[in-house]
Amino acid sequence: MEVRTEQNIYKQKKSRNIRIRKAKNIIFYSIILGATGFGILVLGLLLYQILKTGLAWLSIDFIMNMPSRFPQKAGIKSALAGSIWVISLTALFSFPLGVGTALYLEEYSQKGTWLNKLLQLNISNLAGVPSIVYGMLGLAVFVKMLQFERSILSGALTLTLLILPVIIVASQEAIRSVPETLKQGSFALGVTKWQTITGVVLPYALPGILTGSILAISRAMGEAAPLIMVGAAGYVAFLPSSPLDSFTVLPIQIFNWTSRPQEEFKNIAAAGIIVLMALLLFANGAAVMLRNKYQNRMD
Amino acid sequence: MEIKIKVENLTFYYGNFKALDNISIDIEDRKITALIGPSGCGKSTFIRTLNRMNDLIAGTKVEGTILLDGKDIMKNEIDAVELRKRVGLVFQKPNPFPKSIYENVVYGPKRHGIKNKAQLDEIVEKSLQGAALWDEVKDKLHGSALALSGGQQQRLCIARCLAMQPEVLLMDEPTSALDPIATMKIEELFETLKKNYAIVIVTHSMQQAGRISDNTGFFLNGELVEFGQTDILFTKPRDKRTEDYITGRFG
Repeated sequence: MEVRTEQNIYKQKKSRNIRIRKAKNIIFYSIILGATGFGILVLGLLLYQILKTGLAWLSIDFIMNMPSRFPQKAGIKSALAGSIWVISLTALFSFPLGVGTALYLEEYSQKGTWLNKLLQLNISNLAGVPSIVYGMLGLAVFVKMLQFERSILSGALTLTLLILPVIIVASQEAIRSVPETLKQGSFALGVTKWQTITGVVLPYALPGILTGSILAISRAMGEAAPLIMVGAAGYVAFLPSSPLDSFTVLPIQIFNWTSRPQEEFKNIAAAGIIVLMALLLFANGAAVMLRNKYQNRMD
Repeated sequence: MEIKIKVENLTFYYGNFKALDNISIDIEDRKITALIGPSGCGKSTFIRTLNRMNDLIAGTKVEGTILLDGKDIMKNEIDAVELRKRVGLVFQKPNPFPKSIYENVVYGPKRHGIKNKAQLDEIVEKSLQGAALWDEVKDKLHGSALALSGGQQQRLCIARCLAMQPEVLLMDEPTSALDPIATMKIEELFETLKKNYAIVIVTHSMQQAGRISDNTGFFLNGELVEFGQTDILFTKPRDKRTEDYITGRFG
């Protein structure tokens, strides 16, 4: 069929229209490029500032020494050990609890019941509660009520509560993304629900679960406020040897140093930040490698 | 003739919607039974009652009896997990697991407790041969199943079923997502498979039903309008509605 030109409604609009649409294309591309660039620029400046101030103070001694009143002798050993203790325990508690809860909510609980809706609403809200509030909860429950005192255990449990909602929500998303057809394929072979979860659901969802958990645990590693509430010390001159020992962590140690009057401590704080960032990078890198390993296995 | 599955007065509800109305049908062993009918007529729902896959959907209700070798599967005389092992289901869209070809085939057997490596290897070879896929994949058993073509993936899903040594194979429009050559291969496969299994196939293609099946049932609005030998149903349908449908004068 022939389309006559005077009837073609696009004809008169054509040339101007295309120019405007193409211009919009370029404008929006520039805006989102700028947004990304802004983030990278700020991060770069931050890194430059920290490295400039702290790098000179970073040494084996700094990592192997206990904190001290004298900036030249001060080290970060106890805070580093405390951070590793707290984060390891936090990961140990929060990962199974979070993934377990997500599995229950997605695979077992009846969707649409008031209990399910209530749980879901609460979890989403908990993800937005300020960390200091969790600190108060930790102080009341773990330190006082359960009598764990101002210990690594209290700190780790408090951080677990803090990041649990994030892990749950991320794991739920990942579990929900498992195609229904795969689960049905598994059930149709006479495979039980739990075997379907371990055989199809978890392998498929694992990369997503790990991504969410990595972010959550990284956040916990940088937290100071809730741990100050549960009574992490500012000055610890020994290495913790059990979960019930008192402790400090890198962010608190850094905070402690920045609040001292002597100028040198500012430099030490910067060196501490470098160590903290290196630790974060190491933990993230390990987790990303783990995730990629599983992702490759799936493809 | 030997009856493998006997369905009597089966009625099925999704919530308040009656999807199947008083269906009675005999599925013969070592025969192919085709189910035809327009979309939404209940034929897929029907075959999913045969291995209780509809149990997984909330808000459904079933009435009537389904006897597998004389045992009522609705009354838990056979456990749903055991039932699905004996009555395999192949889906409309190929749904291989995102694992290797080998792992796809042994997925079921492993979870039913077979651990012996040699035994698993044998299951893989036999099942893939049974699904006419062995020659095409024997050199890449540990490659990803998702790298296979659509037709190969569907045959892998059939192999995955065969690995459970089922007695009945249910096929829910197994070739509707495939091209004509892949379809032909799978139809040829059915000819061999029916020597050992009772096969129930849902299809939208009347030509396919005519080519491969021994018995045909025509579903309409949740009712089984007519059921009988394929050649008779296609040449001398008893019901006017069947005649209209198979001659394309429907609606």
